[in-house]
Amino acid sequence: MSTTSAEIKPGKASLLYDPKIRGYVYQFALLAVVGFLIWSAASNAIENLRAQKIASGFGFWHNAAGFDINQKLIPFSASGSTYGQAFWVGLLNTLLVASIGIVLATFLGFFVGVARLSSNWIVSKLAMIYVEVIRNLPLLLQLFFWYNAVLKPLPNPRQSIELPAGFLLNNRGLYVPDPQFGPGGNLIIWALLIGLVATFVFRSWARKQQAATGKQYPIGLVALGLIIVLPLLVYFATGRPITFVYPELAGFNLRGGIQIFPEFVALLVGLTTYTAGFIAEVVRAGILAVSKGQTEAANALGLRAGPTLKLVVIPQAMRVIIPPLTSNYLNLTKNSSLAVAIGYPDLVQVFTGTVLNQTGQAVEVVAITMAVYLTISLVTSFFMNIYNKRMALVER
Amino acid sequence: MTDATTEMAPYAFVRRETLEQQPAPLSVAGPLAWVRQHLLSSPLNIALTLVCVYLVVDSVPGLVRFYFLDAIWTGTSRDACLADKVGRPVGACWAYIADRFQYFIYGSYPIPQRWRVNIVFVMFALGVVWLLWTSAPKKKLGIFFFFVLLPISAYVLLLGGPGAERFLGFCLMVTLALAALYVVLSFAPQLVRFNIGDAGLAVVQQLPVWKRFFGPKQLVLFALAIFVFLSLLASSPGLPRVDTGLWGGMTVTFLIAAVGIVFSLPLGVVLALGRRSRLPIIQLLSVIFIEFVRGVPLITVLFMANTMLPLFVPQEYSPDRLLRPLVGVALFAAAYMAEVVRGGLQAMPKGQYEGAMSLGLGYWSMMRLIILPQALRIVIPGIVNTFIGLFKDTTLVTIVGIFDFLRTIEATLVDPTWATPTTRATGYAFAAVFYFLCCWGMSRYSIAVEKRLAAGQKR
Amino acid sequence: MKQIIGAALIAVTAAICASGALAQSTTLAQVKNRGILLCGSGTGLAGFGIPDQQGNWAGMDVDVCRAVASAIFNDPNKVKFIPLSAKDRFTSLQSGEVDLLSRTTTWTISRDTSLGLNFAGVNYYDGQGFMVRKKLGVDSVLKLAGASICTQQGTTTELNLADYFRANKIKYEVVAFASNQETVKAYEAGRCDAFTTDASGLYAERLTLSNPDDHMVLPEIISKEPLGPVVRHGDDVWLDIVKWSLFAMVNAEELGVTKANADEMLKSENPEIKRLVGTEGKFGEPMGLTNDWALRIIKHVGNYGESFERNVGSGSLLKIARGQNALWTKGGLQYAPPIR
Repeated sequence: MSTTSAEIKPGKASLLYDPKIRGYVYQFALLAVVGFLIWSAASNAIENLRAQKIASGFGFWHNAAGFDINQKLIPFSASGSTYGQAFWVGLLNTLLVASIGIVLATFLGFFVGVARLSSNWIVSKLAMIYVEVIRNLPLLLQLFFWYNAVLKPLPNPRQSIELPAGFLLNNRGLYVPDPQFGPGGNLIIWALLIGLVATFVFRSWARKQQAATGKQYPIGLVALGLIIVLPLLVYFATGRPITFVYPELAGFNLRGGIQIFPEFVALLVGLTTYTAGFIAEVVRAGILAVSKGQTEAANALGLRAGPTLKLVVIPQAMRVIIPPLTSNYLNLTKNSSLAVAIGYPDLVQVFTGTVLNQTGQAVEVVAITMAVYLTISLVTSFFMNIYNKRMALVER
Repeated sequence: MTDATTEMAPYAFVRRETLEQQPAPLSVAGPLAWVRQHLLSSPLNIALTLVCVYLVVDSVPGLVRFYFLDAIWTGTSRDACLADKVGRPVGACWAYIADRFQYFIYGSYPIPQRWRVNIVFVMFALGVVWLLWTSAPKKKLGIFFFFVLLPISAYVLLLGGPGAERFLGFCLMVTLALAALYVVLSFAPQLVRFNIGDAGLAVVQQLPVWKRFFGPKQLVLFALAIFVFLSLLASSPGLPRVDTGLWGGMTVTFLIAAVGIVFSLPLGVVLALGRRSRLPIIQLLSVIFIEFVRGVPLITVLFMANTMLPLFVPQEYSPDRLLRPLVGVALFAAAYMAEVVRGGLQAMPKGQYEGAMSLGLGYWSMMRLIILPQALRIVIPGIVNTFIGLFKDTTLVTIVGIFDFLRTIEATLVDPTWATPTTRATGYAFAAVFYFLCCWGMSRYSIAVEKRLAAGQKR
Repeated sequence: MKQIIGAALIAVTAAICASGALAQSTTLAQVKNRGILLCGSGTGLAGFGIPDQQGNWAGMDVDVCRAVASAIFNDPNKVKFIPLSAKDRFTSLQSGEVDLLSRTTTWTISRDTSLGLNFAGVNYYDGQGFMVRKKLGVDSVLKLAGASICTQQGTTTELNLADYFRANKIKYEVVAFASNQETVKAYEAGRCDAFTTDASGLYAERLTLSNPDDHMVLPEIISKEPLGPVVRHGDDVWLDIVKWSLFAMVNAEELGVTKANADEMLKSENPEIKRLVGTEGKFGEPMGLTNDWALRIIKHVGNYGESFERNVGSGSLLKIARGQNALWTKGGLQYAPPIR
C-alpha cells in the first residue's frame, strides 16, 4: 500500500500526518513500553529475589536431588542423582506418554472419524455420541475419571487379575513379563531389524514394479515371512535364548516383570481418548472435503468401499487433515502436562513441581519448562510442515 | 386405426380404471428396509451392528440403574447412601450433591453475603444473553455493559470492602462528570467543533436537544444507573470485604471464564491487528507473543503467573492469589483469540479495505467501522469454540490451588461426612453434566450461528 | 469508544492500587492500626488449623494467633486467617501479606537463617511417621520393603523418606502428588501401602478416611519436626510478643492457671502466678502491651495443655497423646523460660 501512495506523490503532508513517521513513532513507543515493562519486571525480580534470599542462576542443576521418582527411563536415584537428571527423567516421561498417545490417538481418531461417516446408523450415532461427550468435557475431569476408574475398581496386588501370557493387573499397575536375553538373544533383534528393512525395501520395489508393469506381488505374505518367521527361525536356531521373568507376589507387592504404572495408564488413556475425539472431527471434515465425485468414480471403477477409502479418499483428505492434525498432536503433548494432577512424573510434575519447590528458583525452572515445550512445538510443526509439503507435492 | 383394432380384439385386456396405489415393497421402504439398509447392508455391517448393540445393551441399563433407579435422592449424611444401612444395592448418591449444592455454587463465600454473588450471576446472564441473542436490541449498549460495567460491578460486588467502595465512588464521580459534560454539550454542541468538524456539527445541530450525542449519552446514563444501584446496595445492606480466598465453586469457574472472555477478546483483536500490521516491530512483537503462548501448556503459564508474577512487581503490590491465574488465563486465551480474529481479518475481501481507504478513512476508523464488525461477525463460531476451550481450561486453576467448581467437587470427595463407595462416581457425573451442558450449549449456539452465516452467504 | 478505554484503564489502575498495602513502621503498630491480626494459616488440617462450617477457625496453630490477638486486643476474634499453601507460606510472610505465620511449619536452620525469618518457639514437637492399613499386618517401617508409599511432592517429607529408606537399604516405590488431598485420596484408594507425613498430620488425615479404624500409625518417627510460629526478621519486639504469648501459655499450664480459674488466680499469693497474671511486676509494657497480657491470653485461649487437649488431645477426635508435648515436669519437651 505504501508504495502506491509513494508513486502518486501527494503534496508533502505535515510531519504529524505522515504515515511513515507515525509508524516509526508508534513502533518506538511500543518498544519503549515493552522495554520498560521488561526492565521493571527484571529489576523487581532481582530485588525481590534478593529480599527473599532465593539463589539465582542455574547452579542448582548439578545439586543432589535427594528425592525419588517411580517411573524412570534412565537410571535415577535419590542418592547420586542431580536436579539435572531429574529434569531428563521428567522430559523422557513426557515424551514417552506423548509419543505413544499420538500413535494411539491417531488410530482411534481415524477409526471414529470414519465410523461417524459410516452408512451403518448405529455405528455413526455411537461415534457421534463419543465425539460430543469427549469434546465437551474438560480433560482434567476425564483424567480424574480415568485415574479413579482405572485405579479404584482394581484389586490389590494380592488378588491381582491374571491375564494371559503371565500379565498381571492390580491397583499398582499392569505387570508385564520381563524378557531376559541369553547368549545369542541379540541375534533375534538383529533378525527382526533385518526383516523390517528387507520388508521396506521389498515393498518399495514391488510398488515400482506394479507401477511399471502392472504386476502385483504378495507384499503381505513376504512381510509376514520376513518380520515374523525370520526372527522365529533365529530364535529356535540359537536355542531359545529368551526367558521371561514373571511377576510374582513378594511381600505385599509384586516383584519381577515390568511394571506399567496406573498413573501412566490413566494419562495415556485420557489423552488418547480426548485427542481422538478431536482427530475424529478433523478426519471427518477432511473426508467430507473430498468431492463426492471421487468416491463415485472409484465405485464406477469397481473398487469396494475399503479400497475406495484407502486408495482414493484418504490420500486426498490427508491434505486437509494434516495441518489441524499437527495442532492436535501439539495439543496432546501440551496436555500431557496435566499429569501433575494425577501424579505421573512428567516434566511439569517432576521439574515445575518437586524441583521448583525444593530449590525455590521459580524463574529458572519455569523458564526452562516453557523453553522445552516451545522447542517441542517448534520441532513438531517443522517436521509436520515438511510432511505436509510432501503430501501437497502429489498434486498436479 | 389402432384404436379400432384394439377394440376389435376379442381377448385383449385393457385396464379401464386406475389401480389403487400399492405400498412400496418392504425391501425398499418402511422400517424393515431402513433397518436393512442402515444396519445390515453387508456382513461387515451386520457384525458391526451386533457389536454396537451389544455395547449399548451392556452399558446403558447398568448406567440407568446406577444413576436413576438405584440412586438415593434424599438424605443428610453418608448413612443414607451406604448399601448395608439402606438394605438394598445403592447407586448414585444424589443426596450428597443436594447437600453440598450451595458449596458447589458459592464455595466458602459467607452465607449472608451470597446475594451479592447472585446479583453478579444475574448481571452476567443478562450480558451473555444480550450479546449472544442475535436479535437483541441495543447491541452497542450490550457490549458496553458486558465489557465495562459488568467487570466493574463484579469487582465491587464480589470483593466489597472500603477499597471497592472508594473505587465505586470514583466511578460514580467520573460518570456524573461525563453526564454533566454531555448535558452542557447537548445545549452547546459548538464546543466540540474541533473534534467532530463543521459537517458533523451541522448534523448534530439539526437534532432536537435530547437526541444530540444520543449514543454516548445512552452509555453514560446506563453506567450511572448501574453505579447508583451499586451505591445503594453498598450503603444500605453494606458490602463488607470478602476475601478471594473464600470464593469458590461455580462462581469462580464462571468468573475465570468471564474474565477470560472480557479481556482476551479485546486483547486478541489488538494482537491480531498487530500481527497483520505493516510495522515490522509491532508485527514481530505480536508474533512472538502469540507463538510463545500457543507453544506452551496453560499449566506452565499458570505456574508462571503464580510464582513469577509476584516477583515481577514490587513486593508491596504482590497480586492477589486469585488475580494471578486470572491474568494467566486472560493472556493465554488472548493468544488463541488473536489467531481466530486473524482468520476473520484474512477472510475479508480486499475490496473492503480498498473501499474503506478510498473513502478516506484512516487506519483506526477503517478497522473500527468497516473491517472489524464484519470480520468479528464471521468468526463468531471460532470465538465461541475458543471460549469453549477456555471454559474447559478453567479447571486447570485447580492445580495452582484455586477452588473452582471441579476443585470443590474434589474437596467434598475426601469429606468423611459423605464418604461412600458411590460418592466419587456421583460427584464426577455431576461435574460432567455441568461442563457438558455448558460446553454443548455453546457449541450448539456456534453451529446455529454458523448455519445462519452460511445462509447469508448462499444467495 | 475513548471513554470506554479510559474507564477500563482507570479500572485496572484502581484495582491494582486497591490491592496493595503500604508498609508501615513496626509490626505491632501496624496491627494496632489495622485493628486486626493477619495470621497465615494452613489450608485446612484438623486439629491444627481448619475452619468449621461457619468459617470459624480452630486448632493448635490457630490458638497461637488467637493468643497473640488476645494479648494485643483482649479479643481472640480480632484475627483474620489467611490460608496459605506449603509453597506460598514464606513468600506471603516475607511480603507482609501476613503478620505471623502459624501453620505447622518445621523449624530448620536454612529456614531460620537464609529466608529472612525467625521462629518464635515450638508449639508442637512433631516427626514424620507412616500410616498403613491394619490388615497389611505390618508393625514397623522396616518391614515396608518393596512397598508403594504415597507422599506430597516438594516437601521435606519426600526428602526424609528417600533418606530413611536409603539409610536402611530398603527398596520402595514413591508415588508423589501435588496436594495433600490427592495423596490421601490415592492412599485410600489403595494405590499405596503406606502414607507418610508429619505424625500429627497422619492422625488428622486418618479421621478423614471413611473407616479410620482400618488404619494405624506405625511407631517409627523418622525425623525431627519441631513446628512453630514464624515472623519476619527485623522486628524484635514483634518476635518477643509472639514468643512470649506462646511461653505464657506453657507457663500457665505449669502453674496450673486455666481458663476457668484465671480470675481467681488474680488473688493468688504465689509470686510466680502473680507475675504471670500481671498483679506483680510490669512485664507487658516493654513489649508495648498491657501488663495483664498473659491473663488475657489465658482467659480467652486457655493454657497450653487446654489448647492441646481441646484441639488434638482427648477432647478432640484426633486423640493424640501428649507424648513429647507434655510439660518438662512430666517427661515431655515443653519448657518455657520463667516470667521474671
